[in-house]
Formats: sequence, structure tokens, C-alpha cells
Amino acid sequence: MSVQSPISSVNDFVVRFANVNGSGSASANELFARSILRHGVPVSPRNIFPSNIQGLPTWYEVRVTEDGHLGARGGVDMMVAMNPQTWDKDVASIEPGGYLFYDSTKPMPSSKFREDITVIGVPLTAITNSTYTDPRQRQLFKNIIYLGALCALLDLDPKLVEQLIGEQYKGKEKLLSSNVHALHLGRDWALQNLKCPLGLRVKKSDKVGDRIFVEGNSAAALGAVYGGATVCAWYPITPSSSVAEAFTSHCKKYRHDPETGKAKYAIVQGEDELASIGIVIGASWNGARAFTATSGPGISLMTEFIGLSYFAEIPAVIMNIQRAGPSTGMPTRTQQCDVIACAYASHGDTKHVLLFPEDPAEAFEFAAAAFDLAERLQTTIFLMLDLDIGMNHRLCRPLKWDDAKQYDRGKVMTAEMLEEGRDFGRYLDVDGDGIPYRTYPGTHPTKGSYFTRGTSRDRYARYSEEGAVYADNMQRLVRKFETAQDMVPRPLQANAAKPTKYGVIYFGSTSPAMDEAIGILEARGHQLDRMRIRAFPFHSSVASFIADHDFVYVVEQNRDAQLRQLIVNENGIDPVRLVPILHYDGTPITARFIAGAIGDHQDHLKVTPLRKAVT
Amino acid sequence: MPGLVPGIHDFLSPGQDVVGRDKPGHDVAGSAGAVMTYIAKPKFHHPGLKKNELGYTHRDYEGKISTLCAGCGHDSITASIIEACYELSIEPHRVAKISGIGCSSKTPDYFLGNSHGFNSVHGRMPSVLTGANLANRDLIYLGVSGDGDSASIGFGQFAHSIRRAVNMTYIVENNGVYGLTKGQFSATADRGSKSKKGVTNTDNAIDLVAIALQLGATFVARSFSGDKTQLVPLIAAAIRHKGASFIDVISPCIAFNNHAGSTKSFDYVREHNDAVNRLDVLVGRDPISVDYAPGTVQVVEQHDGSRLALRKLDADYDPHDRLGAMTFLQKHAAKGQIVTGLLYVDPDAEDLHTHLDTVETPLNTLDEQALCPGSAVLDKINASLR
Repeated sequence: MSVQSPISSVNDFVVRFANVNGSGSASANELFARSILRHGVPVSPRNIFPSNIQGLPTWYEVRVTEDGHLGARGGVDMMVAMNPQTWDKDVASIEPGGYLFYDSTKPMPSSKFREDITVIGVPLTAITNSTYTDPRQRQLFKNIIYLGALCALLDLDPKLVEQLIGEQYKGKEKLLSSNVHALHLGRDWALQNLKCPLGLRVKKSDKVGDRIFVEGNSAAALGAVYGGATVCAWYPITPSSSVAEAFTSHCKKYRHDPETGKAKYAIVQGEDELASIGIVIGASWNGARAFTATSGPGISLMTEFIGLSYFAEIPAVIMNIQRAGPSTGMPTRTQQCDVIACAYASHGDTKHVLLFPEDPAEAFEFAAAAFDLAERLQTTIFLMLDLDIGMNHRLCRPLKWDDAKQYDRGKVMTAEMLEEGRDFGRYLDVDGDGIPYRTYPGTHPTKGSYFTRGTSRDRYARYSEEGAVYADNMQRLVRKFETAQDMVPRPLQANAAKPTKYGVIYFGSTSPAMDEAIGILEARGHQLDRMRIRAFPFHSSVASFIADHDFVYVVEQNRDAQLRQLIVNENGIDPVRLVPILHYDGTPITARFIAGAIGDHQDHLKVTPLRKAVT
Repeated sequence: MPGLVPGIHDFLSPGQDVVGRDKPGHDVAGSAGAVMTYIAKPKFHHPGLKKNELGYTHRDYEGKISTLCAGCGHDSITASIIEACYELSIEPHRVAKISGIGCSSKTPDYFLGNSHGFNSVHGRMPSVLTGANLANRDLIYLGVSGDGDSASIGFGQFAHSIRRAVNMTYIVENNGVYGLTKGQFSATADRGSKSKKGVTNTDNAIDLVAIALQLGATFVARSFSGDKTQLVPLIAAAIRHKGASFIDVISPCIAFNNHAGSTKSFDYVREHNDAVNRLDVLVGRDPISVDYAPGTVQVVEQHDGSRLALRKLDADYDPHDRLGAMTFLQKHAAKGQIVTGLLYVDPDAEDLHTHLDTVETPLNTLDEQALCPGSAVLDKINASLR
């Protein structure tokens, strides 16, 4: 083991920070990630945090990746071990030849280290305590001091870090200079006492381009602002709360009347998820664009209303930031485990539209589009994010908006149309697409009013328990869902370099890991055509993609292969043709996992056919 | 409304089947085998019907024919709502009627036939109404609920809509019993009262009026479906009140809760009704023409200019004293009395829109010009994320 040489890598390694929740490390760690971006080198950071406010272990992982692989990689090349609670596990997780950075103020017994790694001790507490007296300052600046030391060790340009600190504390000179001071304390100590830089280092590059660095929840909230949402009702739940909080802060900036200062939005923190979705449905019924953001347990609570939205045909947008279930599950861990729960939410025969963004840029686009779809289709639209996209900064293409775009408010009969004598039947399929016209309350004194209800009714919205009337309505809802198929974002397909009999289907946050895995698999000699599903109901190309291949892997982050089930169920596919590749331990899926699972399966297929062996 | 002639109903489209009920009663529980649809009202009416200021007659405020039991207290409340809206000369289509599930929640189909109605989810009327109100602050919001809907499954939503000061008139048609499912106690049934089957209720009752007072409702009243002269002006005043108005209307269930031993029967409520005041609602600038004996009338001017003339029946009762009202209610409840009348009013109330500081223009009319920050702003946002 001792002959293991230290890992040497430029712009391609993983640093993990092990911290204590609530110690103020998050902003220093994010600063670290951002400074590498400023070197033109892509990074992909991930928060691994407990369901806790203060005291429990939390980790922040930064994948430095010149090649732009934004999925989690797995493994740690350098551990910044700041949490004694998790020391043993943290040290054990370092790759052979990796590095351990720790606070050497208190001596550690040699049994606490490994021989196959490089140990870097910096007396952080000693440096901090000799400089600061205030306990809170000591805690916060200790984080900046280790950042300074890492600057020296990884060869970061201190000017770029200073520039970032300058932007962060613009107008707060005292904080700015004290942070810069702390940075140099750490950097100078490392330069004077350690051999810098290490084998791991950052070198300036140009691989970031015009990409932006943003959390999916914030981008989705911005999509709601651009998409014209005026009513937001929500109930706090991890990992979705930051959607509503971001919507609030975006609205404060961009949604106040310049003359009166009044708000062109209404945000209500509901007493629970039932009230939140009720408010959304009431507002949408009355012609406003409204949404809620929640996670699995909230979806469970909302299901009665979701059925009402489906049956009474009321628009609603629900952003579901998925976390590991069932029940309370792992509230701070990621999964794609609500596919079935959302697709068929509520009692009775129901089906709902799901959108699967792969990153914050798509979260922004799909969030805005969700309001058009909800009003056009007069039903609930689910925006299916997950914790991995929602609560981590992700490098993605810049957000775009076409100023010529007009909102699609769907089929709304106006007072003028009613005056012209247009026949208004709230559930009348006038265009053959299953979508009826609606009127907003208060439209006309004598025409166009109707009684909305969750009970069965006829085409003119009159209460009816007649079987034929009920069935007629249910069949129209199926037609409407078929119409939706061509309105939702289509799947994207990428073919392998060489013709292949095998395909892979994936969706959402699996995207970057899948892209990377394709490269690994190609290197192993496996060719795969790819299809990224972006919405349910499935476009017809999903069935033809499956038909075009001998079999197709379906990669997803849940135990029960939920997307695969949905494809089998909705498209009548022979389940044998769809091979599930499932990752569901709550950590983000990695390229290593996908390539390993698919590669092993493919290798087994390469067994020499029996006939040949005999002859 | 220019160009429109009010007064003629046309609920019945030509060629549409009208299927009546096969028997009176509760068509959810008792409808097995029967085909239920709806009953429209005949469109003929007396040509000489009186018209209100806007030229509407009573009939313009009516809806479909009630499918509740003959003699149901709820139908009297429906009639009172119609009367109040007529008296106030409200444009019928500018009211949004929202309800939950239950007998009471069916009634919005039986009044204001030209208004949009929403028979939503059990116990969830308050949230649906809150959302609707946020979308368009210009309509009048009438929430109709029952004691099962508001005191049990929807107790939380009732409470939170009140504490959020949603501008609405929230009417609970309170009969202390689940009618549609045939006579189970509701949470407002008094402890010690007997069900039709002879079971004694051992649970304590929820007094929604007391809760509404505690949670800051700015208009709180209780009335009795059998007393239209008291109820109609209360509904009218509540509609004109800007803020959360709550009216608990004791409304006996003729089928399941009108027997001896019930504390929500016609006889019991009549015997124990303790009205603290009588109300006249005065809209417009006309001087008060009714001849009141000196010292017996208290005039309250509401935010919208309407005036409430309160004829005091209890000389010491002060409807501006929230704490006093709470104490008064408790004392009288302990004596088995049902206190009715306008129990509390704050004429300077605020509402949720005030608290959220929303624009005067209804949110549902704002377009992309008003709502979308545009690509130039987005470019700046992108730049800040690098």
C-alpha cells in the first residue's frame, strides 16, 4: 500500500468537504466551486446534507471536470476533513493515492491515518484563534482560512478568488477586507509550510463558456415569473421550499408596479399542502396562473384535489422536487420516485401530464411552458424536478426568452364571443381535440355561467348520474390526453456512432451521468442509441425507438422501475424488452454505476453461441 | 349592463331531458338505482314582478330547483341569500359561489343561476375561495359550507381563511348532523344532545362563532334559518363588509335532527334563541327613515359607505367589543341559550389583498406585458450567475 503514488491530475478530480451542519461552511465551499469556474474549468458541486438544522454531518462535494462531466463521479480524491464525528468514514472513503486535508492543531494518533494517502495538516484552529477573539468570527473565518490554504495547494489564482469575494461583499467593505485577509492567512501559511502545489491542481482553461451556474429550484421559480404565474401557494417541505422562496425574491425584484409599488403577484404560505393546492385550483378556476411547489408527501396530500383538477378540468401547475420516499423516507436525499404517484394521482381513472427537465435551464423553460400547457389542456401539469437538480448549483446553458412570445391562455370564451351567440357548453368538445371552452367567473350577466363540480355532469355542466353521460365525458378526457401527447416536450434521441441493436432510455437528473456513461461504454466497445424522455404522455417516437431495438435499458433513480412500468403500461410493450437499470440509495446516480450495470449486462450477451462452440 | 335585458330566465335548453327526483331526501346516499340529474325552474314568471335598482327581479337571483328535503332549513337560507342580493342590487354574475361537499354545499346551485359556482372538495371551500379571491379581487365571494364541512374535515381551512382575512362572506348552514350519509353527529352537535336513533353525543361541541371571533374575523354573526327577518340583513351586511365575514346559521335538518332531544331542532332553537340585536342595512346616502326609539339604535358605517342600523335588544351588548362578545357567548351558552344577531363588526377591517399589497387590477387580467420581465432582464440575470 505504501508504494501507492499520489494521484496527479489537472482539472479532473473530486474534492469533498466534510463539515458540521450550521458551521457556516456552505458559503466558503461554494466560493471554492465558483473560483474554479472563474478559471474556465467546469465544476459540478453537490450538497449532501442531513435533515437537521445544526450539529449533524454535512458534506459538499466538488467535481472538477475539464471535460464537463456534470454528473456525480463517485469516489473522493481529496477530503477536507473538518468534522471529527465522521473522521473514520471520511478517511476511509479517499481513493488510494488521494489526499487528506485536516486541522492539525490537535495532534492525531497515527492510527487515524492511512499510509496510502497524502496527509496535509494545517493548524487551522491555532491560526484562527491567534487572529480572532469572537467565537462566531473564529468559526466563520476558519472556513475562509482553509479555502486560502486550498488555493495554494491546488494552485488557484488568488486574484480570482478575491474578485469573487469582492462581488459577494460589494458595498460591505469591512466584511470584504476581513474575508480577503483570512484568505491570505491560510494561503500564506500553506505556501510557507507545505510543498505547493499538489499533484491535484487547477489550470486556467476555457471550457465554461457563457454557461451559468444556478440551482434548479431558483431557475424553475424564475420560469414561473416569466411564465406569468401570479398566485403561488405553498407549504414548506424539503427539498422544494427554495422554489417558493426564490419565487418570492424574484417577484420582489421584477413584479412590482413601477408607479404604485404594488405587487403583481400573491404568495400565500398555506397551512398545509391541501390548502396550497386548493388555493392554486381556486385561482386557476378564476383565470390566474397559479402554482405550488412540493415534494412526495405533499403530492400524497394533494391527490384529492388533483383528481378534481383532472375531472372538473381546472388548470394547475405542481412543481414536485422529488426526494427519497416512501413516507418521510430520506428527506434530504435525491430520487425519481414519484413518477407513478404523479402520473396516476388520485382515485378513479386519472392521468396527468409530467414534464422531466434535465437541468436548471430546462427547469426554467418547462416551468414557463407548464402554465401554457395547464391552461391549454385545463388540467394539472407536474414539473418533475428532484433534489439533485433542485438544490445543487448546476452549470447549464444561459436562460433564454423570446420577447415576441405570447402566453397561450387556452380556450376561454369571452363576453364578446357569448354575445355573438356562440354555443357554450363547458364540457362540449367543439374542436374534436377533447378540449372544451371555459369561461371565467363574472364574464357575462346572462350567458356562460356554469356550476363547477367534481361530480359527474353533462356537456353543459349539468349534474348527471347517467352512465352514458359519464362515459362520454371520460372518453373525451382520454381524447384530451392524446392531444397532450403532441403538445408536451418531445423526447430527444442521439444515435451511437455505429448501428446498434441496443438502446437506452433515461430522463431528468440522470442526464449528465448518462452522457458520461455512454463514453465509458463506447470505450468498452458497447454501442447504445439514446433517448431522453422529457414528458408524459409519451410521444409516439418512444414506442418506435423501443421497436427499433432488440432491447432497451431504462435507467432511473427508484427501486421499482417506475418509468419502465409507465412505458409498459401505456404503450403495451413486452416488459422483457425493457431492462431496468436502477439506482436508488438516495445519492445521485453516477456514470460509473450506469456504465458498470449496462456494461456487465452487455458483456453477458457476448457469450459465444452454443452452436459455434460445438462445431 | 348595457344591451342586456335582465329578468328572463333561460335555464332549460331546448330538447334537454329533465329528470325529477323519485323521492325526496338525500340523493347521494339514497339514490341507488335512480337516475339523478337536475331540475331547472320553469322560465315563466309574473310580468309585474318588482325590480330592484338595476332592474333585476327576484327571479334573476334564483337558481335551479332545490333537491333538498321539503322543509329543509337550508332552503330558507337560499331564499335569504336571494333576498339579500336582490335588496343590495348586486349584479348576479359578479358573485362567485363556492362550496365544499354536503347538503349545504349543494345549495349554490339553487341561487344566483347566472353566477359561476364551484362545488369543490369536502372541507376545502376556504382554500378554493382564497385562491379565487386572489385571482380576481373585483368579484363578491360567497362561501357556503356546512358544519361537517367546516367544523370537522375542513376545520383547519375554516380557521386559516378567517385568520388570513380573506374578503368573503362565509356562511355555515349548521344543522349538527351529517344529512347525506343519514344522521351521524357532526362536530357542532351539543354534548348531551340525542340523535334520531337515540344515541347521546358525548363529545364537546365546536362553536364556530367563538372560533371565528378568536381568529380575528371582522364580521361575526349567528342566525337561524327560521328567522328570515334577522338573517337577510345579516347576509346583506356581511356581503358589504370588506374582510372576513362569518355567519353561523342554525338550520335544522328536517330528516335527521328535528326531534325531541336535539338542540338543533326548530322547536329547540326557537325556544332558546337569544337575539342581541336586529339589523337594518342602509345602502346609499338616504337619511335613516325608520323611526327608532331614542337610545335603541347604534349606527355602524362600513368601509364601503353602507350603514348598519343595529336595533339593540340587549341594551348592554356592544358589537365592537371582541372580548366582550366572546365572554357573552360563553356565559349564554352555559345557560343553554343560542345567542344570535350581529355579534361583532370592525368597520375598518383590512383584507388579504391589503396585507399582500396587491395591485388594484385583478391578477387574472394581467398579461405578458405586465408579468414577464423580458429578455433584457434575463440577460442580466444570466450575467449575475457566472
